[in-house]
Amino acid sequence: MTALLRRWTVLLLAAGAWEVWARVQRSTFFPPPSAILARMYRLWFAGPATHLFLTEDAIGNLLPSVGRILAGLAIAAAIGGAVGLAVGRSAAVYGYLDPLLQFARALPAVTLLPVFIAIFRLGTQMEVAFIAFGTIWPIMLNTADGARYLDPVQVETVRAFRLTAWQRLIRLIIPAALPKFFAGLRLSVSLALILMVFAELVGSSNGLGYEMNNAESSFDMTWLWSTLVLVAILGNLLNVLELAAEHRLLAWHRGARQHGN
Amino acid sequence: MLEITDLTHSYGPPGDRHLAIDRITLTVGEGELVSIVGPSGCGKSTLLRCVAGLLSPAGGRVVLGGVPVDRVPDGLALVFQDYSRSLLPWLSVRDNVALPLRGGQGRKPRSRAGRQQAAIAALATVGLTDTAQKYPWQLSGGMQQRVAIARALACDPVLLLMDEPFGSVDAQTREDLEDLILAVRRERDITILLVTHDIDESVYVGDRVVVLSRGPGQIRADLPVDLPSPRDQITTRELAAFVHLRAEVGRLVRGQQAPGDQVPGDQVPGDQVRPADESRPARAPQA
Amino acid sequence: MSQGGRPGHVAQWARGLAGLAGFLVLAEVLGRTGIISRAVLPLTSTVLARAVGLAADPRFLADVGATLEAWALGLAIAVAVAVPCGLVLGSLPGVRTATRTVVEFLRPIPSVALILLVGLVLGPGLRMNVTLIVYAALWPVLFNTIYGLDDTDPVAKETLRAFGFGRPAVIRFVSLPSAAPFIATGIRLASSIAIILNISTGFITGRISGNGIGAFIADANTGAGNTALVLAAAIWAGVLGLVLNMVLVWAQRRLLPWHQAYAAEAQ
Repeated sequence: MTALLRRWTVLLLAAGAWEVWARVQRSTFFPPPSAILARMYRLWFAGPATHLFLTEDAIGNLLPSVGRILAGLAIAAAIGGAVGLAVGRSAAVYGYLDPLLQFARALPAVTLLPVFIAIFRLGTQMEVAFIAFGTIWPIMLNTADGARYLDPVQVETVRAFRLTAWQRLIRLIIPAALPKFFAGLRLSVSLALILMVFAELVGSSNGLGYEMNNAESSFDMTWLWSTLVLVAILGNLLNVLELAAEHRLLAWHRGARQHGN
Repeated sequence: MLEITDLTHSYGPPGDRHLAIDRITLTVGEGELVSIVGPSGCGKSTLLRCVAGLLSPAGGRVVLGGVPVDRVPDGLALVFQDYSRSLLPWLSVRDNVALPLRGGQGRKPRSRAGRQQAAIAALATVGLTDTAQKYPWQLSGGMQQRVAIARALACDPVLLLMDEPFGSVDAQTREDLEDLILAVRRERDITILLVTHDIDESVYVGDRVVVLSRGPGQIRADLPVDLPSPRDQITTRELAAFVHLRAEVGRLVRGQQAPGDQVPGDQVPGDQVRPADESRPARAPQA
Repeated sequence: MSQGGRPGHVAQWARGLAGLAGFLVLAEVLGRTGIISRAVLPLTSTVLARAVGLAADPRFLADVGATLEAWALGLAIAVAVAVPCGLVLGSLPGVRTATRTVVEFLRPIPSVALILLVGLVLGPGLRMNVTLIVYAALWPVLFNTIYGLDDTDPVAKETLRAFGFGRPAVIRFVSLPSAAPFIATGIRLASSIAIILNISTGFITGRISGNGIGAFIADANTGAGNTALVLAAAIWAGVLGLVLNMVLVWAQRRLLPWHQAYAAEAQ
């Protein structure tokens, strides 16, 4: 209990201090945390139990945003992982494509939003494509890097057991590349959140970014802060999910590492 | 000049404490080179760290030059086994050797020029003046350990503590370094405490050999080394006295003989192993 | 399977260039044959021509300069704040535990989400831009500093303690130099984040907020032939990021000459 308290000390202290200061100052720009939390509840979590307590606003704005991130990441992971594996396995292909891919990654995806809007028009399709495009490169490049170097002893073992190409893929190549794949995925998860917010701020008719815009133009600070806190929570949730997946799928890797492998 | 009385220390979480050293009492005179030898887990390193003031012992005390040791005392220098991690890779050899002169308790920080001069002088003692501008990782293992020794000597210590200093170098280099230590001790008349697991080495360099028992570490024996000086790697090791002393230490380390037993002339093999000494308390599990 | 002999340096460069060139040619062909409609994406040649033109465009260059200015300022402030904070958090475990939840909670907040808030509080302009950059660039430097301190070799620390040095000296002589390569990596990460944030902010707030590549793209977005111009600006933004990264790597090699060679020796 005390350990938990210790970790939350500064957060609770800061929130408390902010609360006191905000009530005293009545600053328009920094409403007290209690007001923000209350507003969040009213906005999104005061719905009926049948809808998991989500209000209509939540269903209309939260779910689409989350859905777009997940869809974009799923596409990026699938394509990026597959292509990354292929590129990594062939030294020749890697040699030809690596600089090109590195440059594609260096292109800030945010600069290309207008292009995506021009191609796809505003809407969910555009957003998912945009997120997928932006997040595919870290995954692809990291997976390629992970697939490049296989432990020669493992390779020989697999050959000695005469595994088919498919089995080699599943049992040797994919597990070897998995740690780096997840390293790329971690980067992409935070990138996906950035791109989602950015895309929705610029042009969308629903979603968290859209709601943020509304809050800003209405000069409703409590609303704006509420969306911010929600984005923070969303970011944390995505991180937790990603780490959980990594934990599950890479348990063997951690163990091997610990034994100096 | 160094008095250790009833030194005791243990490790581990409460409820699962592992006694590392148990009531060690030892006196070291000025200019002596005392070898401390024992099997793994006998607490040699713990003993050294308590003497150096890096650890606060659970019991007993250490007095250096009449002053009780509770933190790292002045006039003390330490040489570690792992030179590659002990020498700082971002400093040149000369800057590494000069580092202790930059402060530390009680030592007056000298000017930059003064420090560098002292460093070069220390490097000269170990014969490495021409490596001053290089980085430690550019040198061989033996040379790196010499640099570490030079660093220890640069601050002119009265007591030099060495924790298995030659354990990570090859046999040839080890011999050179052993002779280096003897030469340094002759030149500077410095007191040295050398912890080692190498029995030959403990006899070869030491004026006394202190044998620690298996954990918890207690002093099993404190043997004077009655060999002529200066020592020589070939001739000294040929002497009958060396061979016998070495064998006695060897037996003590293996727990095969209580001190004071007659050294048998011709033993029948198979006769050697004695049952565990029942008078000693139960041993803690090996690390 | 084994990789076979690696091609020499020049051969590697040639391959990479060939790949790049091949891609451009392919894209051009797809555009010209109409497989990719010109209404959707302009021809590669058009984009490249625009890009070349931008290099001589004083308006664009002014915008690049403004972006660089904000980048430099924001990065400098972020490093000046994050490294000492990292030192404190890395050396004092009590403080670190206490602040952990705050830090972990704030960390995933994308700075783009703060654009509107900061815009309202500070008003559009350089101050807003730099504030956002500082916030975003803080985290990678902070975490890498802490991570670098964690990685410090305990034998090295104990050596200094054995020579009678106190905590501040250990940090100065051992922990900081040991963490320096990590901090350098963190700065490079922060650098690319800073550029992205500057461009995003500029794009959303527009030229009212001052000059910058983001503002340029926002302007370019209106008007005919816009996609080609946007792509051209995007390419230059990418190049800028790469150049800055190279500069930082070069600086790291100069300032930490021992690291490359030492790491290589340690293999």
